[in-house]
Amino acid sequence: MKYGMELAVAALILVFAAVFLFQDAAIRASGEEAWGGADGAAAELIESSGYEPWIDPFWEPPSGEIESLLFALQAAIGAIVIGYIFGYWQGSRKTA
Amino acid sequence: MTRLHGGLRVDIMHIMEGFLPSPWWQVWFLVSLPFIIIGLYQVNRLVQEKREALPLLAVAGAFVFVLSSLKLPSFNGSCSHPTGTGLGAILFGPCIAAVLGLIVLVFQAVFLAHGGLTTLGANVFSMGIAGPAVAYLIYKAGTRVGANTYATVFVAAALADLTTYIVTSVQLALAFPGTAGFLGAFLTFAGIFAATQVPLAIIEGAVIMLVFKYIVQLKPEILTRLNLLSESAVRKLREASA
Repeated sequence: MKYGMELAVAALILVFAAVFLFQDAAIRASGEEAWGGADGAAAELIESSGYEPWIDPFWEPPSGEIESLLFALQAAIGAIVIGYIFGYWQGSRKTA
Repeated sequence: MTRLHGGLRVDIMHIMEGFLPSPWWQVWFLVSLPFIIIGLYQVNRLVQEKREALPLLAVAGAFVFVLSSLKLPSFNGSCSHPTGTGLGAILFGPCIAAVLGLIVLVFQAVFLAHGGLTTLGANVFSMGIAGPAVAYLIYKAGTRVGANTYATVFVAAALADLTTYIVTSVQLALAFPGTAGFLGAFLTFAGIFAATQVPLAIIEGAVIMLVFKYIVQLKPEILTRLNLLSESAVRKLREASA
């Protein structure tokens, strides 16, 4: 099947999204806050033992919006490079 | 400590700034350094001897950029992101993957306060070296026994992602054994991460498998040039998806 793998990956992502929606509904019903970094839990564990980070980042994104901007920028840089090169390969195959 | 919210300071894959005490952060720098040096040497040789593979190197690096910027919600109510280093490791080996990982980790540490500069050595080791080494070995073993190429890529990339978080747990447990001892601390950290990371590892494996298929379709000659697939293996894969 020509697009068998694409379909399988799409199905996997749909399952992933569906589980997320069910899970989200369950968490909302219980009134808890969720979808933070699973990281926070590890950091709290470390800090509960009395450890203080000995150095702070010298710069932090001043807000969540700016952090999202930088993450989006990071993804965009990568996506442009992949799209450019795959497109170039595709084009040169067709004209060859 | 409320300032640890939202993954701004912390995340699963990377140990955040200041969260490794001396001597651990220096130790991980020393461990990672030789891999980076070999990686730079290998990149240099690639530039001189196999220039036609450079676009593929750019794709592998760009892939780490994209995947490690996507914080995905996982099944247990928290978020983490995939690493994407498995692809670079399969294509170019773990040392070059370490260099790609280093670039992304520096970007995230400097611009996003995500991970940290003092913990860079430890983070390069988990995401750039340990995970990629696993991916590389699985791919090599899989091609040797003649396993299905795409299945091998899937398993290699997914296990690279999982290895990264397991190594992060080991690094944290070594630095913070607490009263439970190393093993107890490891199980605690690994437990926090496992539920989040397993689904993401499966997604990462699937996406990298798909990208590998497109490379086979578009530029199989680079894969044979890098000794990743024989010409007959390429022909078989292309016929199967034609």
